[in-house]
Amino acid sequence: MKEKPWKPWLLLSPSLTAVFLLLIVPVCFVVVYSFWLRAPSGMDIPAFQFGNYAKFFADSFYPVILLNTIRVALETVFLCLIMGYIPAYFFYRTESRLKPFLMILVMLPFWISFIIRTLSWINILGDSGLINHLLLKYGMITTPLPMLYNEGAVIMGLIQYLLPFMILNIYVSLDGIDKSLTEAAQSLGCTEWQAFREITLPLSLPGVSAGCLLVFVLTCGTYLPPMILGGPGNEMIANLIFKRVIGTLDWPFGSAISVILLLLLVIIVYTYNRYMGINQIFKSLSKG
Amino acid sequence: MKNLISGWTLIKLYTILVYAWMFAPIVAVVILAFNPQQFGTFPLEGFSFKWFVKLSQNSTILDAFKNSLVLGSLTAVFATAIGVPAALAFIRYEFKGKEFLNTVLIAPIMIPEVILGVALLLFIRWLQQPKSFALLLIGHVVLTLPYVLLIVQARLVGIKREYEEAALSLGASPFQTFKEITFPLLAPAIFAGMLFAFTISFDDVTATLFWATAQNQTVPVQIFSMLRTSISPEINALGAVMIVLTISIPLAAGYVARRFARGNTP
Repeated sequence: MKEKPWKPWLLLSPSLTAVFLLLIVPVCFVVVYSFWLRAPSGMDIPAFQFGNYAKFFADSFYPVILLNTIRVALETVFLCLIMGYIPAYFFYRTESRLKPFLMILVMLPFWISFIIRTLSWINILGDSGLINHLLLKYGMITTPLPMLYNEGAVIMGLIQYLLPFMILNIYVSLDGIDKSLTEAAQSLGCTEWQAFREITLPLSLPGVSAGCLLVFVLTCGTYLPPMILGGPGNEMIANLIFKRVIGTLDWPFGSAISVILLLLLVIIVYTYNRYMGINQIFKSLSKG
Repeated sequence: MKNLISGWTLIKLYTILVYAWMFAPIVAVVILAFNPQQFGTFPLEGFSFKWFVKLSQNSTILDAFKNSLVLGSLTAVFATAIGVPAALAFIRYEFKGKEFLNTVLIAPIMIPEVILGVALLLFIRWLQQPKSFALLLIGHVVLTLPYVLLIVQARLVGIKREYEEAALSLGASPFQTFKEITFPLLAPAIFAGMLFAFTISFDDVTATLFWATAQNQTVPVQIFSMLRTSISPEINALGAVMIVLTISIPLAAGYVARRFARGNTP
């Protein structure tokens, strides 16, 4: 039976049309709009000028927020890595009957609304939250510790959101390692730790780097944790976009900030893809 | 050897701590939802359904719920309706530019939702259309499509082509083959895709905040506007309802899928 060559294209056409019309074209619009002018009346005037970009880099206000975003994203990546590697390794090595259940538990936050997971930290970190309540009750402090509305709280919220992605990426990578490799190393006289350091760790690096990239990219694009858990100084670049577009309706400038964010991420993802290949990430996501 | 065991114990302990850290805030939301006190905080004094009752009388929230359910269901239907054929094309056929197109369709996962939100809103503005339910639906389909594609593709890999070929060579018509062989084999994948799309749509807030209007609220958007004042026990109660709902759906689905799978094996 000979396949008809047009058949896959027929099957693909709805998806391709949707993505082209509703995603690629609109994103191009953002790029075009970023060169437009905004009249004092609030009207958008078609133009080709770099005023919006010049405004962004005119003084340190906006660039500082951009750098803050990158710093917070790097801190989040680092903490997710520290918190995520060991549980992923645990899943890889455990022979517990509970393993499927524990894996579902890791995935569970993924199903819970992002906004609920974010605001839930208020109940823990707030002035009358769990930690302050316990510390006050047992007389360890006399006034509540200010733990909310700062960068630490924002990062807590971000880790809560992103940790499952990290654990999953690392696990998928670990899971692909042939266990007989470490067994062979150990039978040849390696200690458990040496075998881990020389074999398991290097072979899990693709998952580690995929997890780091995903966490970094997702952090850069979020505005809810800074909005809900952060203070005035903890704004990130996505907050600027939200404010410009929804708050002041300054479309051209909002578009320019979006393009700057997009460029940052494209450069990072492109560089990553050159050296590591992007498919690792998709492989892990499909396990969800 | 002794050293080794204690190392493993540490790993276990660490994992338990990470779990505790991950679930403590979520559990706190559910517990505080039953706190009868005026402020949704610790200590827990008593146990009541007061806030749930209050929620069920709040017509704005009920409307948002209805909206979310309709939006999630329609998103699930449309996203799988266009996603499943694409997944079939990638798994079943060889053609030029396959890898590239697959990346094009899945890469939107890496585009921040803020930018998707701005882009689609700008596009609609340029077309001089008002924000509407249709905008939310279109947006959510675009948002969920890459995930549907990933999930369905992963499930389809295991389905062998030979089954269909066998049916055809034994004299079944193409329609019969589809009805008797292909569809039952595809159904769990389609189901998984729909479920995933529903949950993403039901939970989404980052992009949805750009597209929603006062008339077209979803539950997460409603929670966001309630938060502006402060965290109230009502928010915790609504959070608890959402948590129970979005967790029970995949668990129930897993159960159904397993029964389904059992029903299909001869």
